[in-house]
Amino acid sequence: MQAEGPIKPFPSHTGQDLDKRLLDLLSKKPFSKSTIVIRLSVLILAILTMYAFVSFDYKDVKLLDALLLTMDNLKIMFFEPHLKHFTFTQALYQVSITLGLAFLTTIFGAIIALMLGLLAAGNISTKPLSIVIKGTVALIRAVPTVLWVLIFAVAAGLGSVAAVIGMTFHSISYLVKAYSESFEEIDKGAIEALQASGANWWQIVFQVVIPSSITYIISWTFMRFEINFAVAVAMGAAAGAGGIGFDMFMASGFYFDLSEIGAITYFILIIAICLEIFATHIKRKLKVLS
Amino acid sequence: MSADIFAKKRRNSLVLFLIIGAATVVSIIITEFSMAKGFTSVPKAIQWSLSNFYPTKDSLTKLPDILIKLKETLLISIAATTLAGILAFVFAILGSNTTRVNAFFGGFSRGIAVLFRNIDVSIWALVLLFSFGQSSLTGYFALFFGSFGFLTRAFIETIDEVSSSSVEALQATGASYLTIISQSVIPSTIPQMISWVLFMIETNIRNATLVGLLTGSGIGFTFNLYYKNLNYDIASLVVITIIISILCIEYISNYVRRVIL
Repeated sequence: MQAEGPIKPFPSHTGQDLDKRLLDLLSKKPFSKSTIVIRLSVLILAILTMYAFVSFDYKDVKLLDALLLTMDNLKIMFFEPHLKHFTFTQALYQVSITLGLAFLTTIFGAIIALMLGLLAAGNISTKPLSIVIKGTVALIRAVPTVLWVLIFAVAAGLGSVAAVIGMTFHSISYLVKAYSESFEEIDKGAIEALQASGANWWQIVFQVVIPSSITYIISWTFMRFEINFAVAVAMGAAAGAGGIGFDMFMASGFYFDLSEIGAITYFILIIAICLEIFATHIKRKLKVLS
Repeated sequence: MSADIFAKKRRNSLVLFLIIGAATVVSIIITEFSMAKGFTSVPKAIQWSLSNFYPTKDSLTKLPDILIKLKETLLISIAATTLAGILAFVFAILGSNTTRVNAFFGGFSRGIAVLFRNIDVSIWALVLLFSFGQSSLTGYFALFFGSFGFLTRAFIETIDEVSSSSVEALQATGASYLTIISQSVIPSTIPQMISWVLFMIETNIRNATLVGLLTGSGIGFTFNLYYKNLNYDIASLVVITIIISILCIEYISNYVRRVIL
C-alpha cells in the first residue's frame, strides 16, 4: 500500500508532538481511502446481490425441489455414464477436433498478439500507437467470444472457420494485454543500454525484450490454451463449431440423455485436468529457470 | 563449450518449432479449417458489418427491452460471483496450507475446486437446464459453480502468499483459530480477494451471454432472437450495450484495484 500524500518533515521533536502525530495516525487509519473503498465495494456488492435475488425471474421454479432434482441429475451423470449415439473412438475424435480448434486459435492468436503486443508496450513503442492498440484491444475484449463467432458465421458460414477466426479475435485481445504488460515490466536500463549502443528496434526486441519476458509469454500462452479448450467446447455447443461441445449440446437439447452428458463431461474433465497439471508443471519449471 | 550450449539451444528451439508446426498442420486437417477461407472471411465480415451491423433509428425502440434484459444479466453475474466468493473463501481457508484444519479437509476442498473449475459454465448450463428450465436460476447456478471453482483456487493462492507470516505470529501468541482467521487472514487478503471477485464479475458478464444463448434467458437470448430473425440492426444494438456495460465495469474495477492494492 502507498502512503497518502507527501510525508511532511517534522520541525520539533518534542514528546507531545510525537504523541499527537501517533494519535493522528491511529485515528486516520480506519478512514484511509483504501479502507473506505474496500468497505464500499463490499457493501455495494452485498446490496446488488440482495436486489438480484428479489428481482430474479423465477418462472415458478421451486428452488428446493429443483436443487434436489439437480443433485439427482448429477448422480445420474457421474455414476451412470454411457455413450449411446456415438462410440468411444468417435468421442475421442470429437475431443481431438475441440483440442485442434483450441490449438489453432492459440497459435494464431499468439503470433498476431506478439506483434501487436510489441507495438502496444509503452516502453518500446510510441505513445499514440500504444494507446490506439490498447484501446482497440479493450473494445474487442469487451465483446463475448460467442458473439464474435456468430458475427463471423454470417460471413463465413457456421463451422470451424468462423469458430477459429472468432475465437482468435478474443485470444489476440487477451494476449496483447498480457504480453504488453509483461514487456512493460522489463528493466528500463537494459533497453536504454542497447539504445545507447546504437541498436535498432528489431535488435532491441530480439536481444532484450523477448528473451527477458519469454517465461511470461509461455505461461500466458499456455494459460490461454487452457481457456481456449473450454471456449472451444462452449462454441461447439452454442455456435455450431463442431467437436465434443456439439455432441454435448445434442445430448442435452435433443436426446435429453443425462448419462451421455456425463460421459462427455468425463472426457472434457480429463483433458482439462491434464492441461492444468501440464500448465502447473511448465510454470514451476520456468520459475526454476528464471 | 559455450558454442555447444548455443548449438543445443538452437537444436531445442528447432525441435520445438517443428512440433508446433506439425501440431498446427494436424489441427488444420482435423478441424477442416481452410486457411484461404479464414483469410478472406475477415475482410468479408468487416464489409458485411459495415453495411448491415449497426443500429438504425427503428432499432432504438427496442432499447428499453434490451436494457431490462441487460440489467437482469448484470445482476445474475454479480449475485453469482459474490455468493460463490463467500463459499470459495470457506473452501480456500480449509484448502490453504497455512490455515487448513487437517490434511484430509485440505485435500478434499482442493479436489472439489479442481472438479468445479474444470467443468465449464456451458456444461453446467446444459445440465442445469434439466432441473431449472428457462429461468434466471439456470444461468445463476451455472455461473455460480464455474466461479466457485476458479475463485477457490485464486483465494488459496492469495492466502498462501499473503498471510502465512502473520498467521504464524498469531499462532505463537496462542490465538484461537477463529481469531486468527478474523484478525489476520481476512484483513490481509481482502484487497486481493475483492480484486479477484471484480475480475470474475467481468468474466461472468461475458459468460452470461453464452449461458443465455444456451439456456434461452437474459441478454444472450435477446441477441440470439434478433440474430436468428436476421434483425442485424437490433442485434448490433445488443452487442453495443454489452460492450458499454463491460467497459464500465472494467473501468470501475480498475479504479478499485488501483486504490486498494
